[in-house]
Amino acid sequence: MLTTLLIVVPLVAALVVWVLPLSAESTAGLALLGALAEVGLWVGGARNFDFSSQEQQYSASREWFSDLGISYSVGLYGFQYWLVGLTVVVGAAAVGYAMWVGRDRPRAYYGLVLFLVGSLVGVFSSQDLLLFYVFFEAMLIPIYVLVGVWGGPRRVQATVTFVLYTMTGSLLMLASIIAFGISQGTFELADLGTSSNDWIFLGFLAAFFVKAPLLPFHGWLRLAYTEAPPEIAAILSGVVSKAAVFGLVWIVLPHFPEPVDDLRGLVLVLAAATLVYGSLLAFRQPDIRGVVAYSSMAQMGLIVLGIFSVNDLGLDGAILHSVNHGLVSAGFFLLAGMIETRAGSGEFARLGGLAKGRPALATVVLILGMFTLAVPGSSNFAGEFAILAGVFQRGWGYAAVGAAAIVLAAMYALRLISAILHDRRAGGSASEPGDLVGGELALVLPLVAILAVLSAWPALVTERSFPLDQPRSFIAGQEQAP
Amino acid sequence: MIETPHVDWLALSPTLALLGASAIALLGAVTVPRAALRVFSVAVTGVGFVVSGVFAGVVFDRSPDPTVLLSESMTRDQLGALAAIVLAGIGLVVVLVSWGDGRKDHVGEYYALLAASGAGMVFIVSASSLMTMFLALEWFSIALYVLCALDTHRRESLEAGLKYLIIGSFGSGVLLFGCALVYGSTGELGFSAIREATGADDPLFVTGMAMILAGLAFKVSAAPFHMWTPDVYQGAPTSVTAFMAGATKVAALVLTLRILVTAFPEQAEIWTVAVAVLAVASLAIGNLAAIAQRDVKRMLAYSSVSHAGFLLIAIAANSDDGATSLLYYLIPYAAATVGAFAIVASRERELGRPVSIAALEGLGWERPFIGVGLWVFMLSLAGFPLTGGFLGKLFVFSAIYEAGWWWLVVLGVLATALSLAYYLNIVRALYMRSGEVASGTVVAAGGSPPRDLLLDGAVAAGIVVTVGSFFFVQPLVDLARDAAASLPL
Repeated sequence: MLTTLLIVVPLVAALVVWVLPLSAESTAGLALLGALAEVGLWVGGARNFDFSSQEQQYSASREWFSDLGISYSVGLYGFQYWLVGLTVVVGAAAVGYAMWVGRDRPRAYYGLVLFLVGSLVGVFSSQDLLLFYVFFEAMLIPIYVLVGVWGGPRRVQATVTFVLYTMTGSLLMLASIIAFGISQGTFELADLGTSSNDWIFLGFLAAFFVKAPLLPFHGWLRLAYTEAPPEIAAILSGVVSKAAVFGLVWIVLPHFPEPVDDLRGLVLVLAAATLVYGSLLAFRQPDIRGVVAYSSMAQMGLIVLGIFSVNDLGLDGAILHSVNHGLVSAGFFLLAGMIETRAGSGEFARLGGLAKGRPALATVVLILGMFTLAVPGSSNFAGEFAILAGVFQRGWGYAAVGAAAIVLAAMYALRLISAILHDRRAGGSASEPGDLVGGELALVLPLVAILAVLSAWPALVTERSFPLDQPRSFIAGQEQAP
Repeated sequence: MIETPHVDWLALSPTLALLGASAIALLGAVTVPRAALRVFSVAVTGVGFVVSGVFAGVVFDRSPDPTVLLSESMTRDQLGALAAIVLAGIGLVVVLVSWGDGRKDHVGEYYALLAASGAGMVFIVSASSLMTMFLALEWFSIALYVLCALDTHRRESLEAGLKYLIIGSFGSGVLLFGCALVYGSTGELGFSAIREATGADDPLFVTGMAMILAGLAFKVSAAPFHMWTPDVYQGAPTSVTAFMAGATKVAALVLTLRILVTAFPEQAEIWTVAVAVLAVASLAIGNLAAIAQRDVKRMLAYSSVSHAGFLLIAIAANSDDGATSLLYYLIPYAAATVGAFAIVASRERELGRPVSIAALEGLGWERPFIGVGLWVFMLSLAGFPLTGGFLGKLFVFSAIYEAGWWWLVVLGVLATALSLAYYLNIVRALYMRSGEVASGTVVAAGGSPPRDLLLDGAVAAGIVVTVGSFFFVQPLVDLARDAAASLPL
């Protein structure tokens, strides 16, 4: 029941916001109220969520299209609860940011953002393959318009590229879903058996690798993350990319043990290449969003490394790192927006020296930068460490590449920090006023606070993601395989 | 006293209701004063379509088992009844759309012809002999030829009428020749009698079947028999285009399904391949050509060619699931197509000239309701979730996958990916202005036109069906499955 509520509340809020002819302020207020109610629901649900249980919780199921064995079936396991939590928190921050900036055409805007949040929650809580696809696709509808209408100067190109890339991936997945579901007679994830068909497996990978994105599928990334409004870029990199994580962990690994085993090497190489390539590109970008975009791609490569190490450490690390990275990159995109409104641009050539007289901004940028470079003691460090330890069991080479990438992360993160805060450049914006003000801090600080809590206690997530042997039963099978 | 055959008036009632409406509208054209003519004709045809739909509902309810009537000239079954209900719904919506046409002359004739062609379609979905099939096909086609050319002051309309007449007659000729060959080799006209008459694969018989299929493909506007579609759709009055795109497709596809599975089950190995080839050609040509179009009606015409491809895939499955998925998919398809043409019609009236994609720019913000409507219809045609178009495609793909043709699924999926390019282009125009307005294109002067409530109602009905068929898919599929059960599959 709670899961359904978590999905329906933002959707209903979206409809209400869109239909009611209110003023811009009241519309934004109402939208924020909806987003906060969602966070409240999640926190309330967490108190009663039994993280040590192997059972699916808060599940709900209804007949929908029984001729094909498709039902509305939702529920949450531990790791899904964290992903949903990430969604509602970032969603609320995004709505808050939009309210702070004051978007044009507020009714449509907030309606679409809430619709996006609702479908993301749906993605992370589906227990039916086709329902998952429905939400997975539904979230493209608002993104297409949000980027295309409220984005930067090249917004139309950005949104068209993004949608064509992701739809091509998703439609290949649809073919796989049909082939898989029809041959098994059901689409219920719990009832679906395993398949050893490499083609079906590759169809799923296509969708998730575009979404993540991994190396050859990242053509949409730079434009989409740069041209989207900052809060939408925050949702895109922070949450939407995690749909790939969910798909890989919950659909690909349990249902395709043989193909995973056969093609693991290929995927690991791709993921490691993404990690290195993304880090190098991030180091070379001339603006804030470029750095965050490619660092985000690199981190997704790391997460996929963790997932495809297919062992406890790797999976735990992947989920923890998904939450970390979601919060950090969302925070950074919001910060990028705040800096862009001050300096008129996010290009390093026009920034620099912002630390002087702006203690709050400097502190927040520095903290998030430290998280990005995974300074020991941060939750990102815990996540990366677990992933590297996990993938080490698959081959020391991958772990070595991953460790080298942490050095690269330090390079681009430090470059980012100094380019924003320290370097003084001719024509820089150092003389213009404006530290972060209360409203902005209220958006970023909660994200930082959650990261701080996770840093102090990373086991909060890792030990509560995959309790006991759910889904370790399939991992056990994996490990026995030669 | 002459022995007369028993006539099942109930089975004929959906057709007779529309014929009656047509006759009354025609009488009204000469008797009712000009000022009241439009109200009168709309009311009469609207009621005609409603009554026809209700009668078809009664037929559906009372015909759990198919009954063959009048030495197999027609069959009273749930397949025909369900198709008739859908056709009546489309007709009613088109009548609503036509209200605001601003037609000065031929008002009565327009509505009379609309009802007459609707009657032919409602009849053809129950036709079960070569003779009645051909008669009904000509019946609704001739009415449509005239409807296309009804705007005698527009050259495009005359051109459309002429093209449709010539190519349509050619298609009918092919069909008729095919019928003659089949009759010649079997000596039978009734569909099931043909099935029982055949033993060997007589070359004449197979040729006849191929020609019948080709003739029907003209009406379905499947490639490579689609050549007339873009020109006719573009030139015909937009409300007529809506009717053709929605109703003709439903009628022709249901008939194709019925004749193939009833008369030619022995030759299934041949015609499933042929239908699959038609489907693949339609998907390829329809989608590629649609991308290049700048005129919205032409784009929708090619989109309807590509949908002929998707719908033919369901027939190629040659299974119970295939027939069910065809009947289900026709519902959201017709709703989205008719709705989209309704919106094009409304924009056309506003601008007073053909609607290019550029002419839709900013429409979504200026007219939120119309904009959301077109958005929903495009998403449904593109097969996005939350619309019936998604489940229709899914159902069709799963039916053909179960029939063992996995490569058609892959092709269909690729075609869908291709189709996004032009469907999303419309959404882009609706909401994302390019910024600069080309010189000489600013038209909408003198404020917005008065609100056309009937057209809004038509769009609302389209939205409700398109989205409703997603959420309430199972009840609709149950109906479709009942209907498909009347076929010998």
